[in-house]
Amino acid sequence: MAPKHLIDPHAHFHWSGSRDDFARYNASRLRAGQTMGITYHVASILGTWGRTSPTYFASPADVTAGNDAMYAIALDEPARVRSFVHVNPNHTAHALAEIERGVARGAIGVKLSASRRADDPLLDPIAADAGARGMPVLHHIWQHRQREWGMQEASDAIELVRLARRHPGTNFILAHIGGGGDWAHTLEVIRDQPNVYPDTSGSGVDRGMLDAYLEVIGARRLLWAADLTLCTGLAKLQALEVVGLPQEALDDVCWRNATRIFPRNSFPGT
Amino acid sequence: MTMHRVPVDVSAWIGAYPFRELPHPDPDVLVRVLGRERIGQAWVGSLPSVWHRDPGPSNAWLYAQLGPHSDVLLPSPTVRPDWPRWEQTLDEAVARGAPSVRLYPMQVGLGASSGALAAVVSGCAERGLVVQLTVRFEDLRQRHPMDSASDLTAAHIRACVRTDARAQVIVSGAGRDLIEETHWSLTPEEQARLFWDFAWVWGPPEDHLEHLIRTLGPDRFVFGGYWPMRLIQTPLATFSLLGAYLPAVTISAADSIAAAARKSAAG
Repeated sequence: MAPKHLIDPHAHFHWSGSRDDFARYNASRLRAGQTMGITYHVASILGTWGRTSPTYFASPADVTAGNDAMYAIALDEPARVRSFVHVNPNHTAHALAEIERGVARGAIGVKLSASRRADDPLLDPIAADAGARGMPVLHHIWQHRQREWGMQEASDAIELVRLARRHPGTNFILAHIGGGGDWAHTLEVIRDQPNVYPDTSGSGVDRGMLDAYLEVIGARRLLWAADLTLCTGLAKLQALEVVGLPQEALDDVCWRNATRIFPRNSFPGT
Repeated sequence: MTMHRVPVDVSAWIGAYPFRELPHPDPDVLVRVLGRERIGQAWVGSLPSVWHRDPGPSNAWLYAQLGPHSDVLLPSPTVRPDWPRWEQTLDEAVARGAPSVRLYPMQVGLGASSGALAAVVSGCAERGLVVQLTVRFEDLRQRHPMDSASDLTAAHIRACVRTDARAQVIVSGAGRDLIEETHWSLTPEEQARLFWDFAWVWGPPEDHLEHLIRTLGPDRFVFGGYWPMRLIQTPLATFSLLGAYLPAVTISAADSIAAAARKSAAG
């Protein structure tokens, strides 16, 4: 049994400002995505990915340049790529302006990296604006952050849920339950917060993770995704196909939930 | 007749993991999973023994558990190099048909220059046993605070390969950096006795596995599924995504490595 479509709501690309082999990297993602059956990559570029300002604390100029590069890729690949608008909430006015500019360029979601703790009031205008536009906010999350980590102001599910409670009209994608930290902690924190949708991406492929999420929050809130490692994304897709999910639930996880939380008509053909 | 996608999985364990619940880490479940994924056999270690002071009782449990499945699951007992009577553990491994034994120097605090580690590696070489080393069980970012052993180092791997010219070594759980650091720090003869499972090597879009196969050659790699810790589909998926770049790549068959170890010992 395979899903009817496959939407990756947590993808990334590179550009000439972020790495020299960006064309190879981008082509590899698209080629592997085609092999896997990915219908749409919903992607962001995080500034220069550390070249001229830190990945998770990208300068306003780098945020804008990375977003422009992302919109160009989406323009080149209209049949399979959609854009997030990436913002750094430490620069509120710039972030709000970038969202407005991004919507005009076709962005369908807001990407927050680890620039500011998720429950900080600085995020409120961004979350409110995204909600008003019907766009989900994808937030980089450390699963059970027990200490500070360098080069980021990481948040965990506790902090994202605080933000989500303040903005019940906005949907939040909790990034990469396989992306480091303790996914079991996250699951217990978000189980009763209906506007938080965890994505399965990340290099982590622990046995038991997908089963636990499906059991506790159900197929209507889980989003299949790949992030930086399509190989682990494919493994999780294959695992979903063998756990005995009904077709309806498999389709929810793999694409239908994404069509529900992104703006209407974001994914023609689904 | 079943056509196997992979003849041997060298990185499987059974038993409980001390830091989180694993679903059904049992031999009959492993046999079922191998069948589903069309994998012929698995070399299987005892997961609890990794953290036991004396792995002896856990090895006995391993042999008992695998006995009913001996056509599919081959034992790979744990040897603690600084524990008395390891020679008997190796002798029993040979008598029980084990293709390999597993050493966990980081979990028992042995440095790369440990004489005990070198002695056990030579003991394995004399008996035709493959030496298996494990870099890690979980990502550094998710480990329990009491799971404080560092990842296996290149220095440990080099020491094991260099200590005996007959030693055949398989390393599980390495990423591209450790593989390259180690491989290019060895002579061609030493490189030829060192094998890597690619369970933790990334596929696209970074394409680390493709890069390593192009630069080191496919015969340096074996299949390891990391069951019951991780989804066994992961290395299968990574390998399947190679197809667009490197069609018809054939990795090393673990049983041929075991045969080479026995041949070296006999010679």
